Amino acid sequence: MTDVIRLETPLTQDKVAMLKAGDNVLLSGIVYTARDAAHKKMVEALGRGEALPFDVKDQIIYFVGPAPAKEGQVIGSAGPTTSGRMDAYSPIMIGQGLTGMIGKGLRSEEVIEAMQEHGAVYFGAIGGAGALIAKRIVASEVIAYPELGPEAVRRIEVKDFPAIVIIDSQGNNLYETGKAKYRQA
Amino acid sequence: MKQIGVDEIVEGVEKICIGANYDLGEDVMQGLQKALQIESSPLGCEILEKLIENAQIAHNERVPMCQDTGMAVLFVELGQDVHVVGGTLTVALNEGVRRGYKKGYLRKSMVMDPFERVNTGDNTPAIIHYDIVAGDKLRITVAPKGIGSENMGSLKMCKPSEGLDGAMQFVVDTVDKAGSNPCPPIVVGVGVGGTMEKATFLAKKALIRSLGEANSDPRIAKIEQELLERINRLGIGPQGFGGTVTALAVHMEVFPTHIGGMPVAVNLNCHATRHQEIILEGSEA
Repeated sequence: MTDVIRLETPLTQDKVAMLKAGDNVLLSGIVYTARDAAHKKMVEALGRGEALPFDVKDQIIYFVGPAPAKEGQVIGSAGPTTSGRMDAYSPIMIGQGLTGMIGKGLRSEEVIEAMQEHGAVYFGAIGGAGALIAKRIVASEVIAYPELGPEAVRRIEVKDFPAIVIIDSQGNNLYETGKAKYRQA
Repeated sequence: MKQIGVDEIVEGVEKICIGANYDLGEDVMQGLQKALQIESSPLGCEILEKLIENAQIAHNERVPMCQDTGMAVLFVELGQDVHVVGGTLTVALNEGVRRGYKKGYLRKSMVMDPFERVNTGDNTPAIIHYDIVAGDKLRITVAPKGIGSENMGSLKMCKPSEGLDGAMQFVVDTVDKAGSNPCPPIVVGVGVGGTMEKATFLAKKALIRSLGEANSDPRIAKIEQELLERINRLGIGPQGFGGTVTALAVHMEVFPTHIGGMPVAVNLNCHATRHQEIILEGSEA
C-alpha cells in the first residue's frame, strides 16, 4: 500500500500547499457536489452579480451526479464524472476562493493556471467505483437547484473518502508523470 | 409462426437493464483479476483492487456499480419467424427501459433535446439497433453506455493509402488522447469498413463480445492482439495514474467498403464494459 494522508475540510491554503501530485488521501468533512448544469447556473448567477448558493471559500466541489438513493441509503452510487466538461467554469469558481475539486480525467491549461495563481488542488476519485464511494458518504442534502435532479447541488459529508492528488497547486500533474514513467513508446 | 407477447419483452428488458448495472460480467471480473497479475504500478494495482471491491459491493448490495447508469443501448435480433403480439416492439423495449431504470434506482441521464437539455425523467428513449435474423427467437442485449467513455470515441474517414498501419495508428492515438477520461482500464471497440455509420455501429457492437474473445478471423485476431500490446505500452494505466494495463482488450469488426474509402471508428468502454442479454423463445400461436 502507498502511504495515506488523512485530510479534513475546509481545505485552507496551508493544507493546499502541503499536498503534492501523487499523494494518496482519505478525505473527511463537508464537500459540495455540482456537475455540468449546476456549474452553468452558478456562473450565470455570478454574471448577474448574484451570490452563489454556498460560500466556496476554502471549499471542495465534487463533480458527481449520484444515482437515486434506495431506502436506507444516504445516497446512491456516487463516483466522479469527467472533469473536463467543467473546465469552462472552474477558473471562475477558483477565482471565488474554491480550493479543491474532485473528479476524473484531464483538465485544461486555463484551469491549471488558475489553480497555481489562487492555490487549489485537483483530486481524482476512482471513476467507476460509485458503489464503493457511496459508502464513504455519511450525509447528503440538496441545497440548490433541486429541479436539476441528479445534477442538483448537494452538501455532503464524507468520511475517509479515497482520493489521489492529480494536480497540485504547483502545477505538477500525475497524469503526465505517471504516464511518462510507464510509457514504452 | 411463433409469438412473443410484449409483456414478456417489457419484463425481460427491465431485468437486463438492472442486471447489467448491478452485476459485473464473469468475463470482466476475470479480466480485472488477470490485469492485477500483470500491472506493474503499485497504485495501479490498488485501483484494480478497488474496482473489484466495487463490483462485489454492487452485486451484494444490489446497487449500480457506477452512478452513470448510461444511455440504454439495445441490440435487438428479431427472428423472422416470430411475431410480436399485444403491442409494438419499440414501445415495449422503451417501457422495459423505463421500468428497469425506475425499479433499479438507476440514474436517469437522458435529456429530451440536445440544445434545451431537459431531462426526460425516465431514461428513455433507448438507442435501439434492430437486426432481422433467421429463426423464431428474439434476442435482446442491453449495453448501458456511460458518457465518460462515449465522449472519447472517434471516427476517421481514412484514405485507402493509409492502409492497416494508418488505421492502427488512429486507434492508438484515440486511446492516447482519451487518457484518463474513459475510466481505464478500458475496452476498445474498433469498426473498420462500410460507410461512416456502419463503422461506428461495428465499433460499438464489438464491445458486446465476451471480454477478450478474439475475432473469429485469425488475421483480425492478430491485429487485435497487436493493438492491445501497443495500447498497453502507452503508460496511461488504471485511472490514468500511470501503469501497464491501459486496456483489458481490443475487439475489432470489419466490413466490406468502397474502393475509395476506409472508415475507421473507435468506441471506448470503461473497465466494466456492461452488457447483458436475454433470449425470448416464442410460443406456438
